[in-house]
This record gives sequence, C-alpha cells and structure tokens, in this order.
Amino acid sequence: MLFGYEWDTSAGPLVFAWSILPILLTGVLVTIQAAVLGFGIALVLGLVLAVLKAAPSRLISWPAHGVAEFVRDTPLLIQLFFLYYVLPEYGLLLPAFMTGALALGIQYSAYMAEVYRGGIEAVARGQREAARALNLSSARTFTHVVLPQAIPRIIPALGNYLVSIMKDVPILSVVTVMELLNVAKIIGDRTFNYIVPLSLVGLIYLIMTLIAAGGVRYLDKTLPKKGIALK
Amino acid sequence: MEWTEYFAPLMRGAWVTIQLTVWSTIFGAILSFAAGIGKVSGNGFARWISVVYIEIFRGTSLLVQLFWLFFALPVAGQAIGVDLRMSPVVAGVLALSLNIGAYGAEVVRGAIQSVSHDQYEAARALNFTPRQALWRIALPQAIPEMMPTFGNLAVQNLKDTALVSLITLQDLAFRAEQLRNFTQDSTTIFTIVLFMYFGMALVLTAIMKLLERSVGRWKTARA
Repeated sequence: MLFGYEWDTSAGPLVFAWSILPILLTGVLVTIQAAVLGFGIALVLGLVLAVLKAAPSRLISWPAHGVAEFVRDTPLLIQLFFLYYVLPEYGLLLPAFMTGALALGIQYSAYMAEVYRGGIEAVARGQREAARALNLSSARTFTHVVLPQAIPRIIPALGNYLVSIMKDVPILSVVTVMELLNVAKIIGDRTFNYIVPLSLVGLIYLIMTLIAAGGVRYLDKTLPKKGIALK
Repeated sequence: MEWTEYFAPLMRGAWVTIQLTVWSTIFGAILSFAAGIGKVSGNGFARWISVVYIEIFRGTSLLVQLFWLFFALPVAGQAIGVDLRMSPVVAGVLALSLNIGAYGAEVVRGAIQSVSHDQYEAARALNFTPRQALWRIALPQAIPEMMPTFGNLAVQNLKDTALVSLITLQDLAFRAEQLRNFTQDSTTIFTIVLFMYFGMALVLTAIMKLLERSVGRWKTARA
C-alpha cells in the first residue's frame, strides 16, 4: 500500500499494472509540477544570465560567461547534492521538492541563456537604432522592442528544454522527492516486481514526451507567423 | 580528516568516471552511426528498428533506462529462464551508451541528409554502389558537420555518468557521497567534486576540438 492505494499482485502482470496506475499518476503529477517549476526558474535565471553575458562591461560579462560554462559542464546530480546539503548549513532550509526544482532551474538556465542570446541577436540591428532615434532608453528598448520580438521565435526551442527538464526530474528521487520513478522504485522494492512498475514508467514517459514534442511542433508551426516578422 | 586527504578517494572515483565516459562515448558513437545510417537506409526493417530504438531512448529518462536495465531486466530474464543479471559496470555502460547513441543517431541522420543531393547523383553517374556512395562520398563530408554536436554530447555523457552512482557504481559522485557521509563536510567535498567534473569537461572539450580539427581536413576536398 502506498498513499492509501492498494495493489494487487495476485492475478498476473496486467492486473498488477492496472492496480498501481493511480499511485503512479500521483508520481506523474509531482514530476510535472517539478518540471514546470524548474522550467519557470530557468526561464527567469536564463534571461538574467543572457543579459549579464551581453553586458557591455567585461567586468560583468566575463564572470557571467564563466558561471554559465561551469553550470553547464557539471552534473545536475552533484549540483543537487550541493544545494541539498550546503544550503541548510547557511540557514536556508528548503523542502526537498523546492531544492530539486531550484537545481533543475539553475542547470537549465545556462542552456536557456544561449537560446535567449540567439533570439535577441536575431532581432535586427536597425530595430535598436530606430528605438534609439525615437529616444527610447536602452532598458525600454530591450523590454519593449527587442524582447517582444525575440521571445515568440524562441518559444519552440524553450519548449524542447521543458521536455529535457521533464526527463531529468527522476534525478530528484535521490533527495527523496516522490516523483514518478521514485514511486515506481518503491513499489518494486515492496512487491519484488520491478518489471511492471519500471516498464510502466518508461511507457508513461514515452507518452508524455510524445505529447510534449507534438505541442512544441504545433507551436513551431503557428508562432512565428504571428507578430512582427524578424527581418 | 583534513581536506587534502579527500583527494585520494576522489581521484579513485574520478578514474572510474573517466573510464565510464570513454567506453560509453565510444560505444555510443558506434550506436549513433548504426542507428543514424539505419534510419536513412533503404531497408525497411533497418529503418523500423532504428526509429524504435531512437524514440524509446530519447523519449524516456536516462535514470529510468538505468533502473530498468539494472533492476527489471534480471527479473524478466528469470521469468524466461535466462540469466540477465548485470554487474553495475555493464548496466551503467550499456545504459549510457544506448542513451547517448540515440541522441547521436539523430545528429548522424541530420548530417547525412544535409549532404547535397548532387553529390549522390554524381556518385551514381560514376557508377558507385549505394554503399560506396555512403562510405566514400557522404560520410567523409557529413562527419565534420557532426563533430561540434558530438562534442556537446560527449560532455553531456560525462555529466550523465554521475547517475551510475545510484546503482552502486563507485564513480566520483559515489565517492563524494561516501565521503560526505563519513565527514559531514558537504561544502568542501562538493565544491571540489564540482571543480573536478568541470576540469574533466574542459579536457574532454579540448579533445573533441582536436578531433574536430583533424576530421575537418576531409571537408577541404570539396571545392
């Protein structure tokens, strides 16, 4: 029994699979929540990192490049352990789920910064010059001219990272987050049947990534046609 | 325990991580070419197998694949009377190779398909067999195109090796966790380990850049 749901190992693998489906779906919910929260953090941090990397002063842009490279080249698992064990030593006690989402967000912000950079650079120089000619401040140019044109173009690329984040959520199981894989592993530990729960997890992942990939393809087809063309 | 004493066990772990990275990158590259070429081959069965392989391993999480190979497969083997129990090393290298191979396969496919169609027509006009056209015309031009992405995948693979510590393989991540349990000195240990992974990633990137430059010569033949 887990989360108040019973399972049935008496009658074959299909019955067993059917009986653990509700438990696994609670895991799916946690997986999706962690992925979405991590994605949200990465969206914000990635933009900050992209802006810092493009800063005119090297005093800012070089450290930003260094941090992005460091985050991108070190394993999520170690970053997660670092946050999980080190933050409490400095008085910042977060629940495991939050620490996990934060780790996902930090890791993927380094990737997303690159996507933002590409999108921002794709906005033609003339646009920025026109904004200056109209006496817009550089902050206003960025938020009202550059970003609104850059973001629709990069949404599909960002969407792909949401799928990647979803596939990295099982790593959070090491800090006791009850996401899909962790739930399946516990069912396996208790019933001595790993095949059914773990195969179901694989199947659920395939379905989730297929749906997400379809969504990204749909956005890719529809989005750039709306708004101002980037020429 | 002084912090300088951490290095001996961590280095032992790093050596395991390096070996894992090298082997799974090599096997992953072989799988990439097999499945990437399979996906564009004229043989329907090869195409089908490649697509299924790529979709399954790109569509699920590496940790799920690792757990499935390590925990579930032996049970399945038992049910049909075959011993499929694997040591953590074998399961780890297998999962890492299969995973990175599926991502690499899409890179190989893309690069082969980006070779201009005229090249294939010229090869046919010169009476090359399809196999010769692939190996002597398409691949020498496609491989330099793949190299930058392969470099990224190799670093991705290095980072992914940390996950094998979860099936008790004693790599760098495992040693770090072990040391932390023993000393409780989380900050120092994980800072050192992060920098060790970063150092390995920089070296790996440099190696992949060298490789990229050496296969870059193949491109110059094209005027």
